[in-house]
Amino acid sequence: MNPQELLFAPTHEWVHLSTDPNGDTIATVGISAFALEALTDLVFIDLPPVGRRLEAGGPFGEIESVKAVSDLYSPVDGEVIEVNSAVAERLDRIAEDPYGANWLVKIKVAGDVDRGKLLSYAEYQKQCAEDAH
Amino acid sequence: MHRTPLYDWHVAHGARMVEFAGWSMPVQYSSIIEEHNATRNACGIADISHMGRIRFEGPGAEEFLAGLLTRRMRDLRLGQIRYSLVTNEQGGILDDVLVGYYHNEYGQPFYVVVVNAGNREKIVRWIEDHLPRELAQVPGREVIWTDVTRLWAMFAIQGPRSFELLESLVDADLEWMRYYNGAQVQILHPAARRQGGIISRTGYTGEDGFELSVGASIAVDVWNAIVELGKPLGLVPTGIGARDTLRLEAGMPLYGHELDEHIDPFQAGLGFACYLEGVDFPGRDALRRLRDQTPKAVRVGLKVAGRRVARQGAPVFAGDQRIGEVTSGTFSPTLQESIAMAYLAPDWAQPGIEVNVDVRGRREPARVTPLPFYRRSVKGTLP
Repeated sequence: MNPQELLFAPTHEWVHLSTDPNGDTIATVGISAFALEALTDLVFIDLPPVGRRLEAGGPFGEIESVKAVSDLYSPVDGEVIEVNSAVAERLDRIAEDPYGANWLVKIKVAGDVDRGKLLSYAEYQKQCAEDAH
Repeated sequence: MHRTPLYDWHVAHGARMVEFAGWSMPVQYSSIIEEHNATRNACGIADISHMGRIRFEGPGAEEFLAGLLTRRMRDLRLGQIRYSLVTNEQGGILDDVLVGYYHNEYGQPFYVVVVNAGNREKIVRWIEDHLPRELAQVPGREVIWTDVTRLWAMFAIQGPRSFELLESLVDADLEWMRYYNGAQVQILHPAARRQGGIISRTGYTGEDGFELSVGASIAVDVWNAIVELGKPLGLVPTGIGARDTLRLEAGMPLYGHELDEHIDPFQAGLGFACYLEGVDFPGRDALRRLRDQTPKAVRVGLKVAGRRVARQGAPVFAGDQRIGEVTSGTFSPTLQESIAMAYLAPDWAQPGIEVNVDVRGRREPARVTPLPFYRRSVKGTLP
């Protein structure tokens, strides 16, 4: 996926919104290249089981590096419908394709997506540039 | 924040700089795991100029240090280095240090005490409190001491290929330099501009290796020379991130984690570093009492099931009973296991005992494991 077409949470998750044949909104969620670059040396990722209900802003998993552990936060309300468990087997390489093959979870969105809490790519880049200083 | 003479080099080479004990230090240049593995398999160089170094000389230096440190000073041989502790009156650990014994150009003894960066100011005050000016100037027993931290850079060159790398760089016969020994040397490279340094076979990684001190004015040039010479051997610069994973695998304590003023040497497994029969020093009487008591907690290794890391402060349980707390943890790049050090009640501190660690609200099974987690295979590199 082209990162410029994604939305970003200030906590470094990206989300891609699509509509499935039933008319439900599906959010594909991953972690940004910026966050992966900052983490390095990943050793563990904990992802939720299919069926788990998530709240926007609530944790859905954790990602651990040699140095530190970080929570992963859901950008939307909804239910986990698919988990990319293959990511756990290639943690050392997920930074190679963070916006494509290495998505983390797909969530069937409940209600409306609160876009006011999400950033465009340009806005997110600006936040990262500020974080880096 | 303090900067070492290598600060600009670190920044220019892409290091991530972090605050560590009041110093801006490189946590990593590339990846912690790569830097860790390079040190285990080839060679790594780390800037450790933040370590405090205090030099003592004068006819009263030996006696003064013997009255301050937990180890014997009398029988130190020329060039010998000893791991020692500084304890308070209660026997709590103020710092863990290395003390080295050398002769200056006039053949007179001097000592270099290497202290933790975060404890330097505290130890300097401790020295001032225990060495009032009038005592330091008693004729025939004078003690002159200098905090030389900012005057000397120090590099740790660690790993199985460090001997090959350094043997022709200095005029000492490193092949015969034993572990925990050092020497004043000439550096046989134009980068040193005919200055000397001190090299010792010491380290904080569990590998064979050396620590080299050189004057701050030549630090960058000597560092660059070593980096160039080391490239064909697989040398990489390593940050304090890898320094931490390496020392953890080697089971070495870190002040502020495994050691502090409320922990005594017997809890920490450092009883070997306390000589209680000789010269009196602060804490000696307390340590004599503590030696004969069962400690309330002792330092152990833990291997945690799965890949989650139990970090400092994680509580340890046996059933519902809280039996201790983790002081350091990481994911071991060498063993590919989650490892930690912890203080546990002595009943639970036996290798093989199964416990649980509360890792961020979730219990993970763990097993008490002998330290160190990693021991290098000796291939004749150490005499």
